[in-house]
Amino acid sequence: MSEVLKFTKVQELIYELPIERVMRKAVITVSPETSMMELKEILRINRISGVPVLEKGHLVGVISIEDLIKALEKGEIEAPVGEKMTRRPITVRDKDSVVEAVKKFAQYRVGRLLVVNGQGDLVGILTGGDITRGLLEAISLDYHVEEISRYRARHIFEDIVSDKTSLILRYRVKPKDFSGGGRASSKLKRALDRLGAHPEDIRRVAISAYEAEMNLVIHADEGGEMEVEIEPERVRLLAIDQGPGIPDIEKAMRPGFSTAPNWIRELGFGAGMGLSNIKRCSDSMVLESKLGEGTRLEIVVNLRQELSEESVETEKSHEPSSGERS
Amino acid sequence: MKLGKIIDIVEGKLLTRHGDLDQEIASCGASDLMSDVLAYVKSGSLLLTGLANLQVVRTAEMAEVSAIVFVRGKIPSEEVIALAEELKIPLVASPHGMYELCGRLYGAGLPPVMNRGERFAMRS
Repeated sequence: MSEVLKFTKVQELIYELPIERVMRKAVITVSPETSMMELKEILRINRISGVPVLEKGHLVGVISIEDLIKALEKGEIEAPVGEKMTRRPITVRDKDSVVEAVKKFAQYRVGRLLVVNGQGDLVGILTGGDITRGLLEAISLDYHVEEISRYRARHIFEDIVSDKTSLILRYRVKPKDFSGGGRASSKLKRALDRLGAHPEDIRRVAISAYEAEMNLVIHADEGGEMEVEIEPERVRLLAIDQGPGIPDIEKAMRPGFSTAPNWIRELGFGAGMGLSNIKRCSDSMVLESKLGEGTRLEIVVNLRQELSEESVETEKSHEPSSGERS
Repeated sequence: MKLGKIIDIVEGKLLTRHGDLDQEIASCGASDLMSDVLAYVKSGSLLLTGLANLQVVRTAEMAEVSAIVFVRGKIPSEEVIALAEELKIPLVASPHGMYELCGRLYGAGLPPVMNRGERFAMRS
C-alpha cells in the first residue's frame, strides 16, 4: 500500500502547505544601481543564480545569471542591473498553497519565483529545490509527530507510577443516530492501538464495544454512555443507558432474538446477534436491566501479556510492578 | 489473492482514491448482516455485501476487513467513501450479484473465512 499512499500524501501536502512554509526568507537583493560586475560577485559568493531587484523597498524586477551572461557577451559588464533586469518578475502569494507555485513553474519555466505578501512586498524567494526540501521536511515531520505520540502512549503505564494505574475514556452515544454509531468504538480502537495492545485483543474489544454502542443507538431512548477503563492487563467496558430496559434478559441473550425495529434490520443490524457476539469476544460479561429504569452492560476483555520485544525489555527493568496487580 | 486480481474477477470499479492493487487478501466472506460479519469474518478478509451504508465501513473497521466489494452495482454515498478513505479501506463496486460473485471468487481460489471442513453450529 505504501507507494500509493506516499504519493497521495505528497499530493495532499502540495495543496495543504502554504508557500511561506517552504520559501527561503533570507533573500539577497540588489538595487537597480548595482552594476552587473557587482552582481556577478554577489551570485558567485552566495552560490545563487538570480536575485530580486528592489528600489526603495519595492520589488521592481529580477535579474539572473542568464542576464549576466548576455551582458558579458555584449561587453556590458559595467551596466547597472536596472537596464538588464526582467521588469515584471513572476510572483506568488505567501499564503497560497505550494500547488500554485508548481503551476507557475510549469507555465513560465522560470528558475525562481518571488514571494510577495498581500501588500505586494517581497517576503521570500522560491526555487524548485525549496519545494522538494519543504515537502520532504513536512513528510518526515508528520511521521515524527505520529511516532512520538505512539511512543508516549505505549509507555504511559510505565511513566506514571501508582499502585493501580488505569486510563478511563468516556464516550457519549446519541440515540437513533445510525450514521454516527461506531464513532466511539472507532476512537477506542485507535486508543488501544496507540497503547500497543495486541491486534487480536484490539479486535475483541472493538467488536464488543461496537455492538454495545450500536445497541445504545438502536434501543436506548436517550442514548447512553460508554465508560472504558484500560489497565495494562485488561479492558473493562461499561455501557449504561436510562431505558427502556430489557424485559427478559435470558431471551435477549439468545442468538437470533431481537426486538429491533424493521428500519434497523434493513440497515444490516438488529439480527439478535449483538449480545452473543459480545459474549464470544469478552472474558466476562454481565448484563443487568430494569424495565423503565435502564440497562447496564459490563464487559471485561483480558489483554494478553506476551509483549513485543521492545516492551519486554522495559518490563524486565520494572520487575516489581508485574506481580502487584494480579 | 491480490486486490487487483479480485477487482478484475468481479469486473469492479475502485471507488476510493487509495487502494493498493498488490495488497494480499487472505479470505472472503459475504453477508448483509453486519453482526455476522463481526462474528465470522477474519481480519484481512474481503467482504462482499449488498448494503452500502456507513455502518458497513464501520463494521469493516472493527473486524479489520481489508476491502469491501458492493454487489449488484450499488454505489455508496460520498460520506461512506470519505470514511473508507479516512480508514484506508478500499471500496469496490461490482455490477454482478452476490451469488455470481461468490462463485467467481471461490472458483478462482479465494478461500472462505471458515477453514475447510469447519462448520457453523446449527441452531434454531
